[in-house]
Amino acid sequence: MISYAVEQVSTYAKDIDFLILLICGLVGFWFFVAEGVLFFLIFKYRAKEGGKAAYMDGTDPKHTRFISWPHRFILICDVVIVVFAVKVWMGVKQTMPAPDQTVRVVAQQWSWSFQHPGPDNKLDTADDIKTLDELHVVVGQTVQFELVSPDVIHSFSVPVFRLKQDVIPGRAIKGWFKTTQTGSYDIQCAEICGIGHGAMVARIVIEQPERYAEWVAANVATATVPPAPAAPAPAPAAPAPK
Amino acid sequence: MTTTTASHHADAHAAGHAHDDHEQSFFVKYLWSTDHKVIGFQYMITGLLMAMIGGYMAYGFRMQLAWPGEWIPGVGFLSSQQYNAYVTTHGTVMIFWFAMPVLIAAFGNWLIPLMIGCDDMAFPRINRLSYQVFLISAVVLIGSFFVDGGAFGGAWTAYPPLSAKATMNLSPLGSTMWVLAVALEFVAFLLGGINFITTAMNARAPGMKMMDIPIVVWMIVVASILFMVSVGPLVAGAAMLVLDQQLGTAFYDPSGGGDPILWQHLFWFFGHPEVYVVLLPAMGVCAEIITCNARKKFFGYKTLLYTVFATGIISFFVWAHHQFVAGIDPRMANVFTITTLIISIPIAEMIFLYIATLAGGQIRLNVPMLWALSFVAEFLLGGVTGIFLGASGSDIYFHDTYFVIAHFHYTFVPIAVIACFAGFTHWIPKMTGKMMNETLGKLHFWTTIVGFNLVFLPLFITGMWGDHRRIYNYDHFPDLSTQALQDLRIASTVGLLIMIAAQGFFVWNLIWTWKKGPAAGNNPWQGTTLEWSTTSPPGHGNFHPMPTVYRGPYEYSVPGAEADFLPQSQPPA
Amino acid sequence: MSFAKPLATLRTSAGLPTGRLALWWLLASEVIIFGGLLASYVMQRLGHPEWAYEAEHTNIWFGAGNTIILLTSSLSAVLAHQAAQTGDGKKAARYLWLTIGGAAWFIVNKAIEWTGEISHGFTITKSGFWSFYYTAAGLHGLHVIAGATAMAIVALDAAKNKELQRVEYVGIYWHLVDVIWIFLFPLLYIAK
Repeated sequence: MISYAVEQVSTYAKDIDFLILLICGLVGFWFFVAEGVLFFLIFKYRAKEGGKAAYMDGTDPKHTRFISWPHRFILICDVVIVVFAVKVWMGVKQTMPAPDQTVRVVAQQWSWSFQHPGPDNKLDTADDIKTLDELHVVVGQTVQFELVSPDVIHSFSVPVFRLKQDVIPGRAIKGWFKTTQTGSYDIQCAEICGIGHGAMVARIVIEQPERYAEWVAANVATATVPPAPAAPAPAPAAPAPK
Repeated sequence: MTTTTASHHADAHAAGHAHDDHEQSFFVKYLWSTDHKVIGFQYMITGLLMAMIGGYMAYGFRMQLAWPGEWIPGVGFLSSQQYNAYVTTHGTVMIFWFAMPVLIAAFGNWLIPLMIGCDDMAFPRINRLSYQVFLISAVVLIGSFFVDGGAFGGAWTAYPPLSAKATMNLSPLGSTMWVLAVALEFVAFLLGGINFITTAMNARAPGMKMMDIPIVVWMIVVASILFMVSVGPLVAGAAMLVLDQQLGTAFYDPSGGGDPILWQHLFWFFGHPEVYVVLLPAMGVCAEIITCNARKKFFGYKTLLYTVFATGIISFFVWAHHQFVAGIDPRMANVFTITTLIISIPIAEMIFLYIATLAGGQIRLNVPMLWALSFVAEFLLGGVTGIFLGASGSDIYFHDTYFVIAHFHYTFVPIAVIACFAGFTHWIPKMTGKMMNETLGKLHFWTTIVGFNLVFLPLFITGMWGDHRRIYNYDHFPDLSTQALQDLRIASTVGLLIMIAAQGFFVWNLIWTWKKGPAAGNNPWQGTTLEWSTTSPPGHGNFHPMPTVYRGPYEYSVPGAEADFLPQSQPPA
Repeated sequence: MSFAKPLATLRTSAGLPTGRLALWWLLASEVIIFGGLLASYVMQRLGHPEWAYEAEHTNIWFGAGNTIILLTSSLSAVLAHQAAQTGDGKKAARYLWLTIGGAAWFIVNKAIEWTGEISHGFTITKSGFWSFYYTAAGLHGLHVIAGATAMAIVALDAAKNKELQRVEYVGIYWHLVDVIWIFLFPLLYIAK
């Protein structure tokens, strides 16, 4: 349903898609049953010449069972949904697998900058690689991210991962993902953050280890001389505020 | 109740005032009136005018989304700041200046005194004050478009620090005017709400017991209580936001020791019950229309009231489902997933009761009934899609996508638009004494419904395919600038154009009704509740003589009775 | 414009006078507004232990003095109600003016206290604690002024023996203003 248009690129994308499909089946069933009964009743009991409506107040158990039984089934459906939803949620947000790599994501009005750990695989050391609007990760690795914002609330959203996490100024929010295939995909800001919100986009580049190593080697040299963001950005950069 | 003697005494006391209907100037009669019917019209007309403003905003931003960057007829080019302001104002206006005034204030003012058999509200002058404050709030909001920096563009949720700092939202005056307008609107509805509650509690006709009160009155009263109980913290929060904006305090600014999440809690503690504040009156309106046009008692009057109370109470414990991915403690999400899914139980029960009311009826498919039935049919889709968002696991993906937009428009459009037209077409014969045109009414109904579904069904799909909210131009996003998504966005905009054009039938119908609408008579729909026992339109003082109530509100098709309805005020044979 | 009292204002189906019923609803909404503000304050305070050092600069004597003034004025509001019940409007009005005097004294104290604090640099923007301090006490101060204004209107009527039931209503409202202060005083002054 979703994967038709949006690929599944993280390990938990399948779980979330399955949960959505499950909910879709359960609520879809009830939706069509209720609509079917509604239209059937409208058709069956349309006004007829000389007809008289039934007189019932809805307290007779013979009538109320038509409501109380569906009601119990809905309760069971709710329980099923809660169990699966909480299971998925805990897998994505309440666990933190040991990371192969840690990156820092800085969301600001209106661009993304990323701090990669560099060759020593440690953040906040001299060989960190800072990029603008482009995040590089290795396919199959578990990546831990740390979200910070110097100004307003943003939201780190990667649809192909089925991942979304708000970035709150004053906090460093941590999360994780593990990629399953190479490619280049959107990172979007999903929380309104001012006039440039509609153009606040970055790309995540998921590469084989060799390509990633080449990229690190190419950038660490340039990055150490001037510590400014030096990555070429193929994606359209955020426009300057008008 | 045991105080009918006291009421009789009061009735006798007031009888002397009943006929002092003297000549009044236009100003006194229509703008300075304390008559609940006039104030109801004021709210209704203001609400519909504000809906036009909100609709214009929707037209502006949907055209921009369908044909980004192009010149829009009647709007011009839309800059990204204007786009944000349009989105923000659309949301704010449609909820606070359209849904609430029409569903609570207009119907509350029209119906509560008429349905409980009384001549006015318990506090007529506070009622007038409430409308005046409301009008000022609307003026302040519209005025924010004309100040330096333009209107506020930080979304109707106004999350700080964006809303708190002019250096970030670039609308130093607009953002403060937005908060003030919303706060004034809250004051207006607190005043109005106290009035509705006390009137329904205290001013009932002799003989009208608690369980003889029509459902819509119950619903408006419960909605007023919900509003009153939920809005307080946000009033305090709004004061803090204004101080942050204008004095530079740091309630919500982390760099000064504040917490931006605090606003989200205050906002959604109000924001979620607010959904039920507008939902309940809409369901009440539809209950009246469905019982009347199915010629049946409501199926489970007391059960419905219990589900309403349950919904009201649970609605205070679900607010954080709007904040699953907002940086709250992830463990809280599990609690709020459970409470959110619990609320689906009473809501499902309510919908079942509405459907069950139809069984065994004699359903007349007139215009109000079509609107009321479509409310149930469309709201169902809005209700079930809420489950995707209330379940924490799937909300990680759906949060702030167009799926959310489609979901809440499938709840709010049935509430604000469909139920509004249902109630309007049902009671306008009573309030004006003239029948509306059935053919025009049906044309209006079908075109609106087709347009509405065409707007929002595609948005479910764009949301699933990753479109997120409040984006000025999707061409900036490589993954979102595909032709399939753009086609869906254009379909949605075409739906909106149909929906807007459909309102032409409504305006035409209003003019037709005004010019040559046939006289309605006292009881055009053969209803049982008290408002149908007086003249159309009800004169000054509503009832002459004041009614006494002998039975429940929905005595349709009583076995053995001659007519298929027994009015509440008809003495037993 | 003449205003004839509609029947609706006189009925009492619920067994309570309409004015008192509305008043209780008003109090409920006030309690929730202050409840939201104080809950926000308490939550923030728990997250910021350093605010205790800021709170040391509040003047507990002014706070305590104002508490006593408000409690005393509540007593005179009760006496006004008693007088109104016996039908003595003039006496009720006198007690109400005494209560208003208490309110005025409270505001004057507050003004002196705040002037001193602001001149020592403890302004509303100094820290989160002072922001809450001025916001909560300021909002309460507005309620004191509103209550005093309402009492003045009622006292003018009561002196002419009109609308005596309103003496009770303003009295109840005044107790609410008092009770809110009873919560504010320990939270803003004593907790250190």
